This record gives sequence, C-alpha cells and structure tokens, in this order.
Amino acid sequence: MSHERGIISTADRQRGLIRYGLLAIQVLIFIGVAIAGVGPLLWLLKSGVSTSQDILSGPMQLWPSGIQLKNIPDAWNRVQIGAYLGNTAFIAIGSMISTLFVCTTGAFVLSILRPKWGPVLTGAVLATLFLPGVISLVPLYMTVLDMPLLHISLQNTFWAVWLPSAAGAFNVLIMKRYFDSIPRELIEAARIDGASNLRLFTALILPLSKPIIGVVALLTVIGSWKDYLWPLLVLPDPRLQPISVALPRVQKTTEISLQMSALFLAVLIPVILFLLFQKQFLRGVGMAGGIKE
Amino acid sequence: MSLLRAPQSRRSIATWYRSGGLSSIFFALPLVLIFLYFSWGPIVRGLVLSFQKNNLVAPPEWVGMANFSYVLTDPQLPQAALNTLYFAVLALIFGFPVPLFLAVFISELRKTGWLYNLVSYLPAVVPPVAAILLWTFFYDPSGSGVFNSILGWFGLGPFAWLNSQTLAMPAIVLEATWAGAGATSIIYLAALTGVRTELYEAAELDGAGIWSRVWHVTLPQIRGIILIMMLLQLIGTFQVFTEPFLFTGGGPNNATMTVLLLIYRYAFINGDFGAATALSVLLAGVLCALSVVYHFVTRRWSTS
Repeated sequence: MSHERGIISTADRQRGLIRYGLLAIQVLIFIGVAIAGVGPLLWLLKSGVSTSQDILSGPMQLWPSGIQLKNIPDAWNRVQIGAYLGNTAFIAIGSMISTLFVCTTGAFVLSILRPKWGPVLTGAVLATLFLPGVISLVPLYMTVLDMPLLHISLQNTFWAVWLPSAAGAFNVLIMKRYFDSIPRELIEAARIDGASNLRLFTALILPLSKPIIGVVALLTVIGSWKDYLWPLLVLPDPRLQPISVALPRVQKTTEISLQMSALFLAVLIPVILFLLFQKQFLRGVGMAGGIKE
Repeated sequence: MSLLRAPQSRRSIATWYRSGGLSSIFFALPLVLIFLYFSWGPIVRGLVLSFQKNNLVAPPEWVGMANFSYVLTDPQLPQAALNTLYFAVLALIFGFPVPLFLAVFISELRKTGWLYNLVSYLPAVVPPVAAILLWTFFYDPSGSGVFNSILGWFGLGPFAWLNSQTLAMPAIVLEATWAGAGATSIIYLAALTGVRTELYEAAELDGAGIWSRVWHVTLPQIRGIILIMMLLQLIGTFQVFTEPFLFTGGGPNNATMTVLLLIYRYAFINGDFGAATALSVLLAGVLCALSVVYHFVTRRWSTS
C-alpha cells in the first residue's frame, strides 16, 4: 500500500497546512476511535473489579476505593459465566458445521453436477433471499415445537438453533458462485481419471474452496454469536442458554459488582480471540462484504 | 413420434443413472430437507397462518381477513410503525456517514491504518447483548450515571436518557451505531481497495481539491456497495428487536415500541399466532416493496 498513491498526493503532503491539518485530524480521530472502542472496555475492566458501592456512586472515578479481585472467580462460579460461554461456543460451532454441510453439498449439486432440475432448485433458494426473515419467525418457532411429519419437538435441544441456521440462501449462493469459478477442465480431468462424485467433492472441490469455506464459517459464527431472539425462544432451559440469553436473565438476580465482572468475562474472551486472529478476521469480513456486491 | 422417443428416454434414464444422477439426489438431500423444514415450509405456513386463528392449544380455525383487520386497527400499530420508521431514519442519519467517513479516512493512512481499523472494530466484537447491558448502565438517569457525569463536567444534564420519551430512541440508535460502525467500515474499506487510483492523478491535475476528489472520484467508484449497504441497513433496521427489547422493552409510554416488538408481543405474550404472522406478512410485504422500489430507483442512478 505504501508505494501506491491515495486521495492525498505526495505534493499535498508537503504543503504545511495540509500536513499539520492532516496530523491534527489524525490525532483527533484516533482519540475519538480510542474512546469509543477501548474506553467502554477499560471502564468495564475497572468496574469488574470494583465494589458495588463504587460502581454506583462514582462510576467515572479513575481509581476505585478498593480492588475486589474475587469478583472475577465469583462471576465465573456463581453466575456460571463459563458454562454459558461454553454453550455459546457449542451453538456457534454446531451452526457452522450444519451450515457448511448443507451449503457445500447443495452448491456441489447446483454448480458441478448440474442435474436437469438444478435451475428450479437454484430459483427456489434464490427466492428466499428476497423475503425478509421476519416472515418466518413465528411459523419457524411452531415448526421447531412440532416438526411436521416427524412430530418431535426440538425445543430445548441445540438442534433447534443448529438446523435453522443452515437454511441460509446467501451462504448457498456465494458457495455456488465460488464453485462456478472452478475451471471445468479440472473437473473433467478428475472424471476421466475415474473419480466418483463423492471423491470429486471431497478430494477436489472442497480443498479448492478453502477461502470461501472460511468466509462462510466466519459469517456463521459471528451471526450465531450475535443472535438473541431465536435462542431466547427455543432454549428456555437455563442450562442450555448461550451467554447472550443468559446475561439479561441473571442480571435481575445478581448484585451490580458481579454483573459487571460477568459482563467483563463475556466481553474479554471474544476480544482476546479477535486480537489474536485480527488479520484473518478483518480480511474475512471484508471479503464477505465484497461478495454482497 | 412416441415410437421414436421411447428408446431414447430409456437410454437417457440409463445414462442418467450411470452418470451419477442418483448421487446428485443424495447430494441435494440435505439442502432440500433443511430448506423444506426451515425456510420454504415456514414461509408457506406463515402465509396460511395469517388467515387462521391459532394459539397452539385449540385446533386452528379459518378466519379470513380477521387477523389483518385486527392488526391494522390495533391502536398500537401506527405508533409502532412510526417508531420503526423513526429508528430507521435516525440510524441512517447517524449510522450511515460515520463508517463511510471512517473507511475513506483509514484508507488514506499509510502506516497506521490498521491500528484505527483494529480499534474501531472492537465494539463489533463485543456481544450485542453485553453491549446493550453495559450501555443501559452508561445511560443511568441519575446524576452519577456514566454519561451524566461526563456531561456534568461540561455543566450539562443530567438527562433521563432511556426514561425520557424524546431521548430514548436516539439513545438506542447511538448504541446501535457504536456497535455497527466498525463492521460496516471494514466492508467499505475492502471496496475502497478496488478504487482506481490513477483517476486521482487526473483529478489533481485538473485542480480538484481533496474534498472534491473524495466526492467526485472515490465515492462514485464505490457507489454500488454504498447503495447495497444502505438497503441492507434499512431492511435490518425495520426488523430491529434486540435493542429496544432489552433497553426499554418498548417504553417509556411506547416511545420505543417497534413493529417487531409488537409481533413478539402478539405471539409470545398474548399467544395470538395468527395476528403475529399477519403483521409479519405485512411487514415482509413492505420490505419487499421497498427493495423493489429501491432496486429500480438506484438502477436509474447507477446507469445515468
């Protein structure tokens, strides 16, 4: 990037007004971004180890009157943040697996095998893309309570979250588009070598599609991590709830210092994961945006 | 004709089988089953349900348009619709320029851009529910609340924030913008890497200043992604639920009651699934109409 020019040219940068103006704007924006991005997290760190009294009476005091480190293990054990975070991870990973399974196999049929009825199926998947999610909220809930034909209830099982998340048209279609870009000669060559469809799928298509599989996996995990309403509806059992559903519920019954340490723990883990994998993460999210176009 | 066709079709079944026609059915099975159960099925069921009386206990009963007329005459609906619209407009005013500005700015920084990127993305990593609970605390209406103490240093406030009918919605939008700006700006940033830079050279030679270069060179080149993000944001904000549900529960005095909260209330508090789906169908219809109109309007813009 450094050798390429941007909006502001090298000539511009040499002019005093722009140079110092730019520097000033840079500093100002950095302060703004830091206050917005890091400020709340630092505040949460401080409050997570403060007494309830301190949090309530002087939330903006720089130093709390006493540091109460035992809040953190208390929140982990008594509020069971660890268990809820575990549920969250379990739900996210399960959703990711089911989504990847459905959209890779589906895209393989639509893009590589191309049966006669393929275009009809593509059309039916595409059509759901234009319908907003709200239309199926209530009937989806009823479906999960009593699965048609099977007559079993998925409520209070993780399947109730894993399976519906796989029915995303966007994922199927971006996967199909990626498969479409794989050169047909490769596929023909594999066929001539006598590869079966299953072998074609596992040994050629999947390894070639790692980048898009990564993007879909990332998007699914982020989506499932952020979801609130759906797990609230289908997982009324507190032992199964992800952290997003559990936090507002436990908040009503715990004292403020424990609430803050619980929130701190809930925020800390994703932030650490993000900081560790920031490069891959930001690239993946940016790539997903490009696909929307 | 039929005599000619018969052997051909028998042969085509054989070739179909040999060329792996059966395995395409196996491969399609997960997709078809999942979509039948969790996408196509519920959509059709939603349309059917909206004409039925259904409370999950008694057997469903056809009621014609009764659900729609009940929903449309509910005195809470105009309020909820206006609030949703208000939320969408505010979110567009606050939330649309901020990430765009941030992205254009970050793309200009040669060495430190990644740091801005990283820090501005942090709020998007915070689980939304945790963010909302944290901000509820920030919005504490007492003088010692976080925002009120900060504003107090400048002699402002204290404000009632979420307890005030006029401030509650802007307060929710402010949090939503904070949470969403980083993620949106990453997407713009990815689009900005595709901007052809030689045009800046030409614009500069023509004497265009920095702002006019942004306006006439940068933004037109990422117009496609800007329009799509705008539409996605509109569709998202029309279905806003978590923020008003957790911040205010629709209060104070229904000032933050949105359409989706109303649907939730019909279905999961009143147990009236017919009315809830009728309202969902109406909202979905509005959103579909919106995206069609948007599509045609923006197509004219982008071709001209």
